[in-house]
Amino acid sequence: MRKAFRQADREALITLGLYAFFFVWWTVFAFGLGSGDVEEYDYVLGLPAWFFYSCVLGYPVMTLVLWVVVRRFFADIPLDEAEDDEKGERQ
Amino acid sequence: MNVALIPLIGYLALTLLLALWAQKQAKKGVGRGFIEEYFIGGRTMGGFVLAMTIIASYTSASSFVGGPGVAYKLGLGWVLLAMIQVPTTFLTLGVLGKRFAILGRRIHAVTITDFLYARYRSDAVVLLCSVAILLFFAASMVAQFIGGARVFQAVTGYPYEAGLILFGVTVVLYTAVGGFRAVAVTDALQGVVMLIASVVILFAVVRAGGGMEQCIQTLKGMDPGLVSPSGAGDSIPTPMLFSFWILVGLGILGLPQTTQRCFGYKNSKSMHDAMIIGTLIIGFLLLFMHLAGVLGRAVMPGLTSGDLIIPSLILELLPPFWAGVFVAGPLAAIMSTVDTMLLLVSASIIKDLYIRYRLKNDTSGISAKKIGRMSFCCTLAAGVLVFCASFNPPDLLVWINLFAFGGLEAVFLWPVVLGMYWRRANATGAVWSMAAGVAVFMILSVCKVPLGGVHAIVPTCVVSLLAFWLGSLRGDPVPPEVTRMFWGEEEEA
Repeated sequence: MRKAFRQADREALITLGLYAFFFVWWTVFAFGLGSGDVEEYDYVLGLPAWFFYSCVLGYPVMTLVLWVVVRRFFADIPLDEAEDDEKGERQ
Repeated sequence: MNVALIPLIGYLALTLLLALWAQKQAKKGVGRGFIEEYFIGGRTMGGFVLAMTIIASYTSASSFVGGPGVAYKLGLGWVLLAMIQVPTTFLTLGVLGKRFAILGRRIHAVTITDFLYARYRSDAVVLLCSVAILLFFAASMVAQFIGGARVFQAVTGYPYEAGLILFGVTVVLYTAVGGFRAVAVTDALQGVVMLIASVVILFAVVRAGGGMEQCIQTLKGMDPGLVSPSGAGDSIPTPMLFSFWILVGLGILGLPQTTQRCFGYKNSKSMHDAMIIGTLIIGFLLLFMHLAGVLGRAVMPGLTSGDLIIPSLILELLPPFWAGVFVAGPLAAIMSTVDTMLLLVSASIIKDLYIRYRLKNDTSGISAKKIGRMSFCCTLAAGVLVFCASFNPPDLLVWINLFAFGGLEAVFLWPVVLGMYWRRANATGAVWSMAAGVAVFMILSVCKVPLGGVHAIVPTCVVSLLAFWLGSLRGDPVPPEVTRMFWGEEEEA
Protein backbone atom coordinates (compact mmCIF):
# COMPACT_ATOMS: atom_id res chain seq x y z
CA MET A 1 0.00 0.00 0.00
CA ARG A 2 2.87 2.29 0.69
CA LYS A 3 3.85 2.11 -2.95
CA ALA A 4 0.30 3.01 -3.96
CA PHE A 5 0.41 6.07 -1.72
CA ARG A 6 3.70 7.15 -3.23
CA GLN A 7 2.29 6.85 -6.72
CA ALA A 8 -0.85 8.77 -5.65
CA ASP A 9 1.33 11.56 -4.24
CA ARG A 10 3.32 11.78 -7.45
CA GLU A 11 0.12 12.00 -9.45
CA ALA A 12 -1.15 14.77 -7.17
CA LEU A 13 2.00 16.75 -7.92
CA ILE A 14 1.60 16.18 -11.65
CA THR A 15 -2.00 17.40 -11.34
CA LEU A 16 -0.81 20.61 -9.71
CA GLY A 17 1.64 20.99 -12.59
CA LEU A 18 -1.22 20.65 -15.08
CA TYR A 19 -3.18 23.17 -13.09
CA ALA A 20 -0.26 25.60 -13.30
CA PHE A 21 -0.12 25.01 -17.05
CA PHE A 22 -3.77 25.99 -17.44
CA PHE A 23 -3.26 29.03 -15.24
CA VAL A 24 -0.33 30.23 -17.36
CA TRP A 25 -2.17 29.60 -20.63
CA TRP A 26 -5.23 31.47 -19.40
CA THR A 27 -3.23 34.42 -18.05
CA VAL A 28 -0.82 34.80 -20.96
CA PHE A 29 -3.48 34.86 -23.65
CA ALA A 30 -6.11 36.83 -21.76
CA PHE A 31 -3.78 39.59 -20.62
CA GLY A 32 -1.10 39.33 -23.29
CA LEU A 33 -3.60 39.90 -26.08
CA GLY A 34 -6.48 41.53 -24.24
CA SER A 35 -5.06 44.33 -22.14
CA GLY A 36 -4.45 46.72 -25.04
CA ASP A 37 -6.89 49.11 -26.67
CA VAL A 38 -10.14 47.47 -27.72
CA GLU A 39 -9.97 49.19 -31.12
CA GLU A 40 -6.75 47.35 -31.95
CA TYR A 41 -7.95 43.84 -31.17
CA ASP A 42 -7.44 41.03 -33.66
CA TYR A 43 -10.37 38.72 -34.29
CA VAL A 44 -10.56 34.98 -34.78
CA LEU A 45 -13.87 33.53 -36.01
CA GLY A 46 -15.55 36.76 -35.04
CA LEU A 47 -14.31 36.63 -31.44
CA PRO A 48 -11.58 38.85 -30.01
CA ALA A 49 -8.27 36.99 -30.28
CA TRP A 50 -7.58 37.11 -26.51
CA PHE A 51 -10.90 35.46 -25.86
CA PHE A 52 -10.54 32.89 -28.60
CA TYR A 53 -7.13 31.69 -27.44
CA SER A 54 -7.63 31.82 -23.66
CA CYS A 55 -11.22 30.56 -23.43
CA VAL A 56 -12.33 28.83 -26.62
CA LEU A 57 -9.05 27.10 -27.42
CA GLY A 58 -7.84 26.82 -23.82
CA TYR A 59 -9.98 23.99 -22.58
CA PRO A 60 -9.67 21.62 -25.56
CA VAL A 61 -5.89 22.09 -25.36
CA MET A 62 -6.06 21.41 -21.63
CA THR A 63 -8.07 18.25 -22.26
CA LEU A 64 -5.57 17.06 -24.85
CA VAL A 65 -2.60 17.67 -22.57
CA LEU A 66 -4.44 15.90 -19.76
CA TRP A 67 -5.14 12.95 -21.99
CA VAL A 68 -1.48 12.55 -22.89
CA VAL A 69 -0.21 13.08 -19.34
CA VAL A 70 -2.78 10.82 -17.68
CA ARG A 71 -2.21 8.00 -20.16
CA ARG A 72 1.54 8.37 -19.82
CA PHE A 73 2.15 9.01 -16.11
CA PHE A 74 -0.88 7.83 -14.17
CA ALA A 75 -0.67 4.26 -12.99
CA ASP A 76 -3.41 1.71 -12.63
CA ILE A 77 -3.03 0.98 -8.93
CA PRO A 78 -5.30 -1.24 -6.84
CA LEU A 79 -7.60 0.71 -4.55
CA ASP A 80 -8.26 -1.82 -1.84
CA GLU A 81 -6.25 -4.39 -0.01
CA ALA A 82 -8.49 -7.29 -1.02
CA GLU A 83 -8.09 -6.46 -4.69
CA ASP A 84 -4.36 -6.31 -4.07
CA ASP A 85 -4.28 -9.91 -2.85
CA GLU A 86 -6.45 -11.17 -5.67
CA LYS A 87 -4.13 -9.70 -8.22
CA GLY A 88 -1.13 -11.16 -6.50
CA GLU A 89 -2.65 -14.64 -6.69
CA ARG A 90 -3.53 -14.35 -10.32
CA GLN A 91 -0.11 -13.24 -11.43
CA MET B 1 -52.19 23.41 -21.05
CA ASN B 2 -48.90 24.97 -22.00
CA VAL B 3 -47.04 22.77 -24.49
CA ALA B 4 -43.73 23.56 -22.77
CA LEU B 5 -44.99 21.51 -19.86
CA ILE B 6 -45.18 18.21 -21.76
CA PRO B 7 -41.45 17.61 -22.34
CA LEU B 8 -40.72 18.92 -18.87
CA ILE B 9 -43.02 16.45 -17.17
CA GLY B 10 -41.69 13.71 -19.44
CA TYR B 11 -38.18 14.56 -18.34
CA LEU B 12 -39.07 14.53 -14.65
CA ALA B 13 -40.81 11.18 -15.09
CA LEU B 14 -37.69 9.84 -16.77
CA THR B 15 -35.50 10.81 -13.81
CA LEU B 16 -37.93 9.02 -11.48
CA LEU B 17 -37.82 5.89 -13.62
CA LEU B 18 -34.04 5.97 -13.66
CA ALA B 19 -34.05 6.26 -9.88
CA LEU B 20 -36.26 3.20 -9.56
CA TRP B 21 -33.94 1.26 -11.83
CA ALA B 22 -30.97 2.41 -9.75
CA GLN B 23 -32.71 1.22 -6.61
CA LYS B 24 -33.13 -2.24 -8.15
CA GLN B 25 -29.41 -2.29 -8.91
CA ALA B 26 -28.72 -1.23 -5.34
CA LYS B 27 -30.67 -4.17 -3.92
CA LYS B 28 -28.22 -6.50 -5.63
CA GLY B 29 -25.30 -4.78 -3.95
CA VAL B 30 -26.51 -4.81 -0.37
CA GLY B 31 -23.86 -7.41 0.45
CA ARG B 32 -21.47 -4.54 1.09
CA GLY B 33 -23.69 -3.21 3.83
CA PHE B 34 -26.54 -0.80 3.56
CA ILE B 35 -24.69 2.38 4.50
CA GLU B 36 -22.03 2.02 1.83
CA GLU B 37 -24.69 1.11 -0.70
CA TYR B 38 -27.17 3.90 0.02
CA PHE B 39 -24.70 6.72 0.59
CA ILE B 40 -21.89 5.89 -1.86
CA GLY B 41 -23.40 3.37 -4.28
CA GLY B 42 -21.11 0.51 -3.24
CA ARG B 43 -18.14 2.36 -4.81
CA THR B 44 -18.91 1.18 -8.32
CA MET B 45 -18.98 4.32 -10.48
CA GLY B 46 -17.30 4.15 -13.86
CA GLY B 47 -15.48 6.98 -15.60
CA PHE B 48 -18.38 8.62 -17.40
CA VAL B 49 -20.77 8.60 -14.46
CA LEU B 50 -18.01 9.80 -12.13
CA ALA B 51 -17.20 12.73 -14.41
CA MET B 52 -20.84 13.63 -14.84
CA THR B 53 -21.71 13.44 -11.17
CA ILE B 54 -18.81 15.71 -10.21
CA ILE B 55 -19.79 18.23 -12.87
CA ALA B 56 -23.49 18.03 -12.11
CA SER B 57 -23.09 18.46 -8.38
CA TYR B 58 -20.71 21.34 -8.96
CA THR B 59 -22.63 23.24 -11.62
CA SER B 60 -25.76 24.67 -10.10
CA ALA B 61 -28.20 27.47 -10.68
CA SER B 62 -25.29 29.87 -10.61
CA SER B 63 -23.60 28.31 -13.63
CA PHE B 64 -26.80 28.11 -15.63
CA VAL B 65 -28.75 31.19 -14.61
CA GLY B 66 -26.78 33.50 -12.31
CA GLY B 67 -23.40 33.28 -14.09
CA PRO B 68 -24.74 33.91 -17.60
CA GLY B 69 -26.76 36.72 -16.03
CA VAL B 70 -23.63 38.47 -14.81
CA ALA B 71 -21.96 37.75 -18.17
CA TYR B 72 -24.90 39.52 -19.80
CA LYS B 73 -24.11 42.64 -17.79
CA LEU B 74 -20.30 42.56 -17.83
CA GLY B 75 -19.39 40.85 -21.09
CA LEU B 76 -16.61 38.49 -22.15
CA GLY B 77 -14.53 39.27 -19.05
CA TRP B 78 -17.01 37.28 -16.99
CA VAL B 79 -16.71 34.31 -19.33
CA LEU B 80 -12.95 34.47 -18.82
CA LEU B 81 -13.62 34.36 -15.08
CA ALA B 82 -16.01 31.43 -15.45
CA MET B 83 -13.40 29.46 -17.37
CA ILE B 84 -11.26 29.37 -14.22
CA GLN B 85 -13.54 26.47 -13.25
CA VAL B 86 -12.42 24.26 -16.14
CA PRO B 87 -9.97 22.26 -13.96
CA THR B 88 -12.66 21.42 -11.33
CA THR B 89 -12.88 17.72 -12.20
CA PHE B 90 -9.24 16.97 -12.84
CA LEU B 91 -8.04 18.99 -9.87
CA THR B 92 -10.43 17.30 -7.45
CA LEU B 93 -9.70 13.82 -8.76
CA GLY B 94 -6.00 14.30 -9.39
CA VAL B 95 -5.15 15.76 -6.00
CA LEU B 96 -7.57 13.88 -3.75
CA GLY B 97 -8.85 11.03 -5.90
CA LYS B 98 -6.59 8.07 -5.34
CA ARG B 99 -5.79 8.65 -1.70
CA PHE B 100 -9.48 9.18 -0.97
CA ALA B 101 -10.41 6.02 -2.83
CA ILE B 102 -7.83 3.90 -1.01
CA LEU B 103 -8.50 5.37 2.42
CA GLY B 104 -12.25 5.42 1.89
CA ARG B 105 -12.21 1.66 1.34
CA ARG B 106 -9.89 1.09 4.24
CA ILE B 107 -11.93 3.05 6.78
CA HIS B 108 -15.35 2.54 5.13
CA ALA B 109 -15.80 6.27 4.73
CA VAL B 110 -18.88 7.56 2.94
CA THR B 111 -18.60 11.23 3.90
CA ILE B 112 -15.79 13.76 4.21
CA THR B 113 -16.58 13.88 7.92
CA ASP B 114 -15.86 10.14 8.18
CA PHE B 115 -12.52 10.76 6.60
CA LEU B 116 -11.70 13.69 8.87
CA TYR B 117 -12.66 11.68 11.95
CA ALA B 118 -10.35 8.85 10.95
CA ARG B 119 -7.54 11.34 10.45
CA TYR B 120 -7.98 13.60 13.48
CA ARG B 121 -9.87 11.35 15.94
CA SER B 122 -11.65 14.38 17.29
CA ASP B 123 -15.30 14.91 18.20
CA ALA B 124 -14.89 18.66 17.86
CA VAL B 125 -13.90 18.19 14.22
CA VAL B 126 -16.91 15.97 13.56
CA LEU B 127 -19.33 18.39 15.19
CA LEU B 128 -17.96 21.44 13.40
CA CYS B 129 -18.09 19.62 10.05
CA SER B 130 -21.63 18.40 10.63
CA VAL B 131 -22.88 21.83 11.63
CA ALA B 132 -21.19 23.39 8.59
CA ILE B 133 -22.71 20.82 6.25
CA LEU B 134 -26.21 21.03 7.69
CA LEU B 135 -26.27 24.83 7.78
CA PHE B 136 -24.58 25.68 4.49
CA PHE B 137 -26.22 22.89 2.53
CA ALA B 138 -29.68 23.75 3.82
CA ALA B 139 -29.20 27.36 2.75
CA SER B 140 -27.82 26.37 -0.66
CA MET B 141 -30.62 23.91 -1.33
CA VAL B 142 -33.27 26.50 -0.56
CA ALA B 143 -31.54 28.96 -2.88
CA GLN B 144 -31.38 26.33 -5.63
CA PHE B 145 -35.08 25.52 -5.25
CA ILE B 146 -35.97 29.19 -5.44
CA GLY B 147 -33.83 29.62 -8.56
CA GLY B 148 -35.39 26.59 -10.22
CA ALA B 149 -38.94 27.64 -9.46
CA ARG B 150 -38.28 31.12 -10.88
CA VAL B 151 -36.90 29.69 -14.12
CA PHE B 152 -39.94 27.44 -14.34
CA GLN B 153 -42.21 30.40 -13.77
CA ALA B 154 -40.45 32.52 -16.40
CA VAL B 155 -40.58 29.85 -19.10
CA THR B 156 -43.96 28.21 -18.59
CA GLY B 157 -45.92 31.11 -17.14
CA TYR B 158 -47.26 28.89 -14.37
CA PRO B 159 -47.01 30.14 -10.77
CA TYR B 160 -43.79 29.81 -8.80
CA GLU B 161 -45.40 27.36 -6.38
CA ALA B 162 -46.42 24.97 -9.16
CA GLY B 163 -42.82 24.72 -10.38
CA LEU B 164 -41.56 24.23 -6.87
CA ILE B 165 -43.97 21.37 -6.21
CA LEU B 166 -43.31 19.72 -9.55
CA PHE B 167 -39.55 19.46 -9.44
CA GLY B 168 -39.17 19.69 -5.66
CA VAL B 169 -41.25 16.55 -5.19
CA THR B 170 -39.37 14.80 -7.99
CA VAL B 171 -35.92 15.47 -6.63
CA VAL B 172 -36.76 14.68 -3.00
CA LEU B 173 -38.51 11.49 -3.99
CA TYR B 174 -35.84 10.04 -6.25
CA THR B 175 -33.05 10.91 -3.83
CA ALA B 176 -34.78 9.36 -0.84
CA VAL B 177 -35.83 6.23 -2.71
CA GLY B 178 -32.73 5.53 -4.76
CA GLY B 179 -29.88 6.88 -2.64
CA PHE B 180 -26.47 7.47 -4.17
CA ARG B 181 -26.98 5.29 -7.22
CA ALA B 182 -30.08 7.22 -8.19
CA VAL B 183 -28.25 10.50 -7.62
CA ALA B 184 -25.28 9.42 -9.75
CA VAL B 185 -27.34 8.01 -12.60
CA THR B 186 -29.70 10.97 -12.74
CA ASP B 187 -26.67 13.28 -12.53
CA ALA B 188 -25.33 11.64 -15.66
CA LEU B 189 -28.65 12.10 -17.44
CA GLN B 190 -28.88 15.67 -16.21
CA GLY B 191 -25.34 16.36 -17.38
CA VAL B 192 -26.24 15.21 -20.87
CA VAL B 193 -29.38 17.35 -20.84
CA MET B 194 -27.35 20.38 -19.73
CA LEU B 195 -24.86 19.74 -22.50
CA ILE B 196 -27.47 19.55 -25.25
CA ALA B 197 -29.36 22.53 -23.85
CA SER B 198 -26.23 24.68 -23.81
CA VAL B 199 -25.43 23.91 -27.46
CA VAL B 200 -28.95 24.64 -28.66
CA ILE B 201 -29.22 27.86 -26.66
CA LEU B 202 -25.88 29.20 -27.88
CA PHE B 203 -26.62 28.39 -31.51
CA ALA B 204 -30.06 29.97 -31.26
CA VAL B 205 -28.50 33.17 -29.90
CA VAL B 206 -25.76 33.36 -32.50
CA ARG B 207 -28.31 32.87 -35.26
CA ALA B 208 -30.68 35.46 -33.84
CA GLY B 209 -27.82 37.95 -33.55
CA GLY B 210 -26.83 37.52 -37.21
CA GLY B 211 -23.67 35.45 -36.70
CA MET B 212 -20.84 35.58 -34.20
CA GLU B 213 -19.00 38.48 -35.82
CA GLN B 214 -22.10 40.61 -35.99
CA CYS B 215 -22.96 39.89 -32.33
CA ILE B 216 -19.50 40.86 -31.12
CA GLN B 217 -19.47 44.05 -33.17
CA THR B 218 -22.91 44.99 -31.84
CA LEU B 219 -21.65 44.50 -28.29
CA LYS B 220 -18.53 46.52 -29.00
CA GLY B 221 -20.74 49.30 -30.27
CA MET B 222 -22.72 49.30 -27.01
CA ASP B 223 -19.69 49.35 -24.76
CA PRO B 224 -16.13 48.37 -25.78
CA GLY B 225 -15.66 47.02 -22.24
CA LEU B 226 -18.04 44.18 -23.07
CA VAL B 227 -15.42 42.57 -25.32
CA SER B 228 -12.39 43.23 -23.08
CA PRO B 229 -11.14 41.09 -20.17
CA SER B 230 -11.83 43.89 -17.67
CA GLY B 231 -15.58 43.94 -18.34
CA ALA B 232 -18.09 46.68 -19.08
CA GLY B 233 -16.96 49.91 -17.42
CA ASP B 234 -13.84 48.16 -16.06
CA SER B 235 -16.04 46.44 -13.51
CA ILE B 236 -13.85 43.32 -13.15
CA PRO B 237 -10.67 44.48 -11.43
CA THR B 238 -7.65 42.25 -12.05
CA PRO B 239 -7.15 41.37 -8.34
CA MET B 240 -10.71 40.09 -8.26
CA LEU B 241 -10.18 38.04 -11.41
CA PHE B 242 -7.15 36.39 -9.85
CA SER B 243 -8.76 35.78 -6.47
CA PHE B 244 -11.29 33.61 -8.28
CA TRP B 245 -8.40 31.20 -8.83
CA ILE B 246 -8.80 30.54 -5.12
CA LEU B 247 -12.59 30.81 -4.75
CA VAL B 248 -13.55 28.61 -7.70
CA GLY B 249 -10.04 27.28 -8.35
CA LEU B 250 -7.91 25.64 -5.69
CA GLY B 251 -10.59 26.25 -3.08
CA ILE B 252 -12.92 23.67 -4.63
CA LEU B 253 -10.77 21.03 -2.94
CA GLY B 254 -12.74 22.06 0.15
CA LEU B 255 -16.23 21.48 -1.25
CA PRO B 256 -17.64 18.32 0.37
CA GLN B 257 -20.27 17.82 -2.35
CA THR B 258 -17.65 17.31 -5.07
CA THR B 259 -14.76 15.80 -3.09
CA GLN B 260 -17.02 13.12 -1.61
CA ARG B 261 -17.29 11.65 -5.12
CA CYS B 262 -13.68 10.50 -4.82
CA PHE B 263 -14.83 7.73 -2.45
CA GLY B 264 -17.24 6.26 -4.95
CA TYR B 265 -15.49 5.11 -8.09
CA LYS B 266 -14.62 1.61 -9.14
CA ASN B 267 -10.94 1.59 -10.10
CA SER B 268 -7.99 3.68 -11.26
CA LYS B 269 -9.16 3.58 -14.84
CA SER B 270 -12.53 5.15 -13.97
CA MET B 271 -10.67 7.99 -12.32
CA HIS B 272 -8.30 8.56 -15.23
CA ASP B 273 -11.17 8.58 -17.73
CA ALA B 274 -13.25 10.89 -15.56
CA MET B 275 -10.42 13.42 -15.35
CA ILE B 276 -10.34 13.73 -19.12
CA ILE B 277 -14.06 13.46 -19.90
CA GLY B 278 -14.94 15.78 -17.04
CA THR B 279 -12.58 18.53 -18.16
CA LEU B 280 -13.86 18.48 -21.72
CA ILE B 281 -17.50 18.56 -20.69
CA ILE B 282 -17.32 21.16 -17.96
CA GLY B 283 -15.30 23.49 -20.21
CA PHE B 284 -17.89 23.11 -22.90
CA LEU B 285 -20.79 23.83 -20.54
CA LEU B 286 -19.18 26.84 -18.91
CA LEU B 287 -18.12 28.37 -22.21
CA PHE B 288 -21.40 27.84 -24.01
CA MET B 289 -23.71 29.01 -21.22
CA HIS B 290 -21.73 32.10 -20.29
CA LEU B 291 -21.09 33.06 -23.92
CA ALA B 292 -24.83 32.70 -24.56
CA GLY B 293 -25.37 35.16 -21.72
CA VAL B 294 -22.97 37.70 -23.24
CA LEU B 295 -24.25 37.38 -26.80
CA GLY B 296 -27.80 37.48 -25.49
CA ARG B 297 -27.23 41.14 -24.83
CA ALA B 298 -26.77 41.75 -28.56
CA VAL B 299 -30.13 40.07 -29.17
CA MET B 300 -32.10 41.37 -26.19
CA PRO B 301 -30.56 44.47 -24.75
CA GLY B 302 -32.25 46.20 -21.85
CA LEU B 303 -33.38 43.34 -19.61
CA THR B 304 -33.87 44.67 -16.09
CA SER B 305 -32.17 41.72 -14.43
CA GLY B 306 -29.35 39.65 -15.90
CA ASP B 307 -30.82 36.55 -14.26
CA LEU B 308 -33.64 36.69 -16.77
CA ILE B 309 -31.40 36.27 -19.79
CA ILE B 310 -31.31 32.48 -20.08
CA PRO B 311 -35.04 31.95 -19.47
CA SER B 312 -35.83 34.83 -21.83
CA LEU B 313 -33.60 33.45 -24.55
CA ILE B 314 -35.20 30.02 -24.22
CA LEU B 315 -38.64 31.55 -24.34
CA GLU B 316 -38.05 33.97 -27.21
CA LEU B 317 -35.82 32.00 -29.53
CA LEU B 318 -37.20 28.48 -29.28
CA PRO B 319 -40.64 27.16 -30.22
CA PRO B 320 -42.74 26.39 -27.10
CA PHE B 321 -42.29 22.63 -27.17
CA TRP B 322 -38.53 22.96 -27.46
CA ALA B 323 -38.50 25.63 -24.81
CA GLY B 324 -39.89 22.97 -22.51
CA VAL B 325 -37.12 20.59 -23.53
CA PHE B 326 -34.35 23.08 -22.89
CA VAL B 327 -35.60 24.63 -19.71
CA ALA B 328 -34.82 21.15 -18.47
CA GLY B 329 -31.14 22.22 -18.75
CA PRO B 330 -31.17 24.76 -15.93
CA LEU B 331 -33.56 22.58 -13.94
CA ALA B 332 -31.15 19.65 -14.35
CA ALA B 333 -28.28 21.78 -13.06
CA ILE B 334 -30.35 22.67 -10.02
CA MET B 335 -31.75 19.23 -9.27
CA SER B 336 -28.38 17.56 -9.59
CA THR B 337 -26.92 19.89 -6.98
CA VAL B 338 -29.85 19.52 -4.61
CA ASP B 339 -29.92 15.71 -4.78
CA THR B 340 -26.25 15.50 -3.83
CA MET B 341 -26.58 17.90 -0.93
CA LEU B 342 -29.73 16.23 0.30
CA LEU B 343 -28.05 12.84 0.44
CA LEU B 344 -25.00 14.30 2.19
CA VAL B 345 -27.17 16.01 4.80
CA SER B 346 -28.85 12.69 5.41
CA ALA B 347 -25.49 10.88 5.54
CA SER B 348 -24.27 13.47 7.98
CA ILE B 349 -27.21 12.90 10.31
CA ILE B 350 -27.31 9.10 10.07
CA LYS B 351 -23.66 8.17 9.76
CA ASP B 352 -21.75 11.06 11.30
CA LEU B 353 -24.09 11.80 14.17
CA TYR B 354 -26.57 8.98 14.88
CA ILE B 355 -24.41 5.92 14.32
CA ARG B 356 -21.26 7.47 15.70
CA TYR B 357 -22.70 9.00 18.87
CA ARG B 358 -26.00 7.29 19.57
CA LEU B 359 -24.90 3.78 18.65
CA LYS B 360 -21.24 4.35 19.50
CA ASN B 361 -20.34 3.09 16.03
CA ASP B 362 -21.76 -0.32 16.83
CA THR B 363 -24.40 -1.28 14.28
CA SER B 364 -24.56 -4.95 15.31
CA GLY B 365 -27.62 -4.44 17.50
CA ILE B 366 -29.62 -2.87 14.71
CA SER B 367 -30.86 -4.54 11.55
CA ALA B 368 -29.87 -3.37 8.08
CA LYS B 369 -33.56 -3.01 7.36
CA LYS B 370 -34.02 -0.57 10.19
CA ILE B 371 -31.02 1.51 9.14
CA GLY B 372 -32.44 1.48 5.64
CA ARG B 373 -35.78 2.76 6.80
CA MET B 374 -34.15 5.41 8.96
CA SER B 375 -31.93 6.63 6.13
CA PHE B 376 -34.89 6.83 3.79
CA CYS B 377 -36.98 8.74 6.31
CA CYS B 378 -34.11 11.04 7.13
CA THR B 379 -33.50 11.96 3.49
CA LEU B 380 -37.21 12.44 2.97
CA ALA B 381 -37.59 14.59 6.08
CA ALA B 382 -34.62 16.80 5.16
CA GLY B 383 -36.01 17.19 1.66
CA VAL B 384 -39.49 18.09 2.89
CA LEU B 385 -38.07 20.66 5.31
CA VAL B 386 -36.03 22.35 2.58
CA PHE B 387 -38.99 22.16 0.25
CA CYS B 388 -41.30 23.86 2.75
CA ALA B 389 -38.70 26.50 3.53
CA SER B 390 -38.57 27.40 -0.17
CA PHE B 391 -42.22 28.44 -0.28
CA ASN B 392 -41.55 31.28 2.05
CA PRO B 393 -37.79 31.42 2.41
CA PRO B 394 -36.64 32.61 5.84
CA ASP B 395 -34.37 35.64 5.51
CA LEU B 396 -31.74 33.93 7.60
CA LEU B 397 -31.31 31.07 5.13
CA VAL B 398 -31.17 33.41 2.15
CA TRP B 399 -28.53 35.37 3.99
CA ILE B 400 -26.50 32.31 4.94
CA ASN B 401 -26.52 31.16 1.33
CA LEU B 402 -24.44 34.18 0.35
CA PHE B 403 -21.62 32.70 2.41
CA ALA B 404 -22.27 29.02 1.80
CA PHE B 405 -19.76 28.45 -0.99
CA GLY B 406 -16.84 30.30 0.58
CA GLY B 407 -17.90 29.16 4.05
CA LEU B 408 -17.63 25.48 3.10
CA GLU B 409 -14.18 26.13 1.68
CA ALA B 410 -13.15 27.98 4.83
CA VAL B 411 -14.18 24.98 6.93
CA PHE B 412 -12.98 22.05 4.83
CA LEU B 413 -10.09 23.13 2.61
CA TRP B 414 -7.12 22.89 4.94
CA PRO B 415 -8.34 20.07 7.18
CA VAL B 416 -8.84 17.92 4.06
CA VAL B 417 -5.73 18.87 2.11
CA LEU B 418 -3.28 19.08 4.99
CA GLY B 419 -4.83 16.05 6.66
CA MET B 420 -3.78 14.06 3.68
CA TYR B 421 -0.46 15.62 2.82
CA TRP B 422 1.02 16.92 6.08
CA ARG B 423 1.97 14.25 8.57
CA ARG B 424 2.05 16.59 11.54
CA ALA B 425 -1.43 17.98 10.98
CA ASN B 426 -3.48 17.29 14.10
CA ALA B 427 -6.92 17.89 15.58
CA THR B 428 -6.02 21.16 17.30
CA GLY B 429 -4.80 22.54 14.00
CA ALA B 430 -7.95 21.43 12.22
CA VAL B 431 -10.27 22.96 14.80
CA TRP B 432 -8.37 26.25 14.92
CA SER B 433 -8.32 26.42 11.16
CA MET B 434 -12.08 25.83 10.83
CA ALA B 435 -12.95 28.34 13.52
CA ALA B 436 -10.55 31.01 12.27
CA GLY B 437 -11.55 30.43 8.64
CA VAL B 438 -15.27 30.85 9.20
CA ALA B 439 -14.78 33.81 11.54
CA VAL B 440 -12.51 35.71 9.16
CA PHE B 441 -14.66 34.93 6.15
CA MET B 442 -17.86 36.07 7.85
CA ILE B 443 -16.33 39.23 9.27
CA LEU B 444 -14.79 40.26 5.96
CA SER B 445 -17.95 39.48 3.98
CA VAL B 446 -20.52 40.88 6.39
CA CYS B 447 -18.64 44.09 7.14
CA LYS B 448 -17.71 44.39 3.45
CA VAL B 449 -14.13 45.25 4.38
CA PRO B 450 -12.57 46.87 1.30
CA LEU B 451 -9.72 44.68 0.03
CA GLY B 452 -8.99 46.44 -3.25
CA GLY B 453 -11.00 43.96 -5.31
CA VAL B 454 -9.52 40.86 -3.66
CA HIS B 455 -12.21 38.37 -2.68
CA ALA B 456 -12.62 37.65 1.05
CA ILE B 457 -11.73 34.00 0.46
CA VAL B 458 -8.07 34.87 -0.14
CA PRO B 459 -7.27 36.36 3.28
CA THR B 460 -9.53 33.68 4.79
CA CYS B 461 -7.38 30.90 3.35
CA VAL B 462 -4.19 32.57 4.51
CA VAL B 463 -5.46 33.07 8.07
CA SER B 464 -6.90 29.57 8.35
CA LEU B 465 -3.66 28.08 7.05
CA LEU B 466 -1.75 30.02 9.68
CA ALA B 467 -4.20 28.93 12.38
CA PHE B 468 -3.79 25.35 11.23
CA TRP B 469 -0.05 25.53 11.47
CA LEU B 470 -0.05 27.17 14.91
CA GLY B 471 -2.68 24.75 16.21
CA SER B 472 -0.71 21.78 14.97
CA LEU B 473 2.38 23.00 16.78
CA ARG B 474 0.40 23.32 20.02
CA GLY B 475 -1.66 20.14 19.75
CA ASP B 476 -0.79 16.54 20.58
CA PRO B 477 1.38 14.63 18.13
CA VAL B 478 -0.37 12.38 15.62
CA PRO B 479 -0.86 8.83 17.00
CA PRO B 480 1.32 6.24 15.20
CA GLU B 481 -1.68 4.17 14.06
CA VAL B 482 -3.04 7.17 12.19
CA THR B 483 0.29 7.71 10.48
CA ARG B 484 0.34 4.06 9.55
CA MET B 485 -3.16 4.17 8.14
CA PHE B 486 -2.59 7.32 6.10
CA TRP B 487 0.97 6.82 4.91
CA GLY B 488 1.47 3.09 4.65
CA GLU B 489 2.39 0.13 6.81
CA GLU B 490 6.14 0.40 6.98
CA GLU B 491 5.98 3.90 8.38
CA GLU B 492 6.11 2.99 12.09
CA ALA B 493 9.83 2.33 12.32
